Amino acid sequence: MRLITARGLVVRMGGAAVLQGVDFHIDKGEIVTIVGPNGSGKSTLLRALLGIVPAAAGRVDRRAGLHVGYVPQKLAIDRNLPMPVARFLSLPRRRSAAEVAAALDRVGLAPDLGTRQLTDLSGGQLQRVLLARALMGAPEILVLDEATQGLDQPGEAAFYRLIEEIRADSGCAVLMVSHDLHVVMAASDRVVCLNGHVCCEGTPRVVSNAPEYRALFGLGTQGALALYRHEHDHAHDPGEPGHDHHHHHHGGHDHHAHS
Amino acid sequence: MPILDDFIARAALAGIGVSVATGPLGAFVIWRRMAYFGDATAHAAILGVALALATGLPVAAGTLVVALAMAATVSGLAGRGWAMDTTLGVLSHAALAFGLVAVSFVPGLRVDVQAFLFGDILAVGRGDLGWIWLGAVAVAGLIAWRWSALLTATLNEDLAHAAGIDPGRERLVLTLALALVVAVALKVVGALLIAAMLIVPAAAARTLARTPEAMALAAVGIGALATLGGLAVSLRFDTPAGPSVIAVAAILFAGLLAVAALRRKA
Repeated sequence: MRLITARGLVVRMGGAAVLQGVDFHIDKGEIVTIVGPNGSGKSTLLRALLGIVPAAAGRVDRRAGLHVGYVPQKLAIDRNLPMPVARFLSLPRRRSAAEVAAALDRVGLAPDLGTRQLTDLSGGQLQRVLLARALMGAPEILVLDEATQGLDQPGEAAFYRLIEEIRADSGCAVLMVSHDLHVVMAASDRVVCLNGHVCCEGTPRVVSNAPEYRALFGLGTQGALALYRHEHDHAHDPGEPGHDHHHHHHGGHDHHAHS
Repeated sequence: MPILDDFIARAALAGIGVSVATGPLGAFVIWRRMAYFGDATAHAAILGVALALATGLPVAAGTLVVALAMAATVSGLAGRGWAMDTTLGVLSHAALAFGLVAVSFVPGLRVDVQAFLFGDILAVGRGDLGWIWLGAVAVAGLIAWRWSALLTATLNEDLAHAAGIDPGRERLVLTLALALVVAVALKVVGALLIAAMLIVPAAAARTLARTPEAMALAAVGIGALATLGGLAVSLRFDTPAGPSVIAVAAILFAGLLAVAALRRKA
């Protein structure tokens, strides 16, 4: 079952096209990772799929009444806002103490963390609390925007293991964005490589061998972020209509016949 | 009620009424770093006074209209990503200057401009008191009604969006509440000190509170306490009432801060 679908999506920011003709979909229970270098429009795509930024052209369809659990990139809390963890988990809808305790337990945090202030948490604890909040009320899809920024590598790996566990337990779909592919990739059913348009997509193995992906991220050091531009990236001029998006589909991801 | 015959009782009730509105709204002003926003809206009230005096409208109506226009302008500019610090500084002081100039043009002006700049809490009548409480309860009710959504949007706008809350609408709620508070508080603390009534009690409440709800309620209490203390000081030493209220609030803030620091050390 399709949860979110985008067709020919164009998003403009201050006149410039950040996303150009993006086709995208995510199904029930699927883990999809969007990868791409800095400035490739990953977060914008996520925000457009959630309806936070409007589409300049094309369309985004979310299943009616879709319950989304969202984990933002970061949460900048003013120190003047007192916010205990348990209260935060009850926003915007009130949750019972039992629900709060269960959510904390689910993400591997002690129940007594509920009385701690958000501003007193470590980066890793805060990420887990954000995840716990997103899991409140059993969402059908979890959306994570570079959720592991500021975590060390073991912390990051543990976080993604947790995501996989949650998917296995609850069957919710997971849509995440990352610029660091190495850790995320193994957990994903499908990877979409983005650079203003969809460069390539498929299973992690297929994408990591795709020439478009290698051009973006370098050959030898998988996961190390190469900042040079895409070699096929002649097509970013917004004034050039109907260009070829280099939207390649490589074999080996038969469970997503995305023509 | 015979108690309302006493001008001091009316002044105290007026100050407490204003605190009911400025407590919760002030908490949001602090959390969202809107201090300058409050200033600009309050300063615009002087322009509203000039408008009201020139057209014969009630002062509260003129103030409300101009404060609402200013709050909406600032809120709109903020939404478009202007450099708010500078823009607000210009708007805030321009509104005050134009207001004072405009008031001087009103022919046959019998009112004292000072009363609008610093408030005239001891001159609050029964009618004023009714309006103050009506406005204050409206503001507190509006914020209580939108509480969870406001809090979520204040924490993170994307988080709010994903939960089906429109952060733009919540911003509008605060804008409306701010304009109402300005109209209500003008008579009590005056245009120059309305922002202080928003910020100082809420900042003092921060040291006492562990939840957002507690902070908003404590801000109401501290505002009321500052009103009573300020009035007492004003009567005893013949100081201007509005500034005395804010001075007491500031002393409460400093005292609570010191206590909190000592407790942390212990």
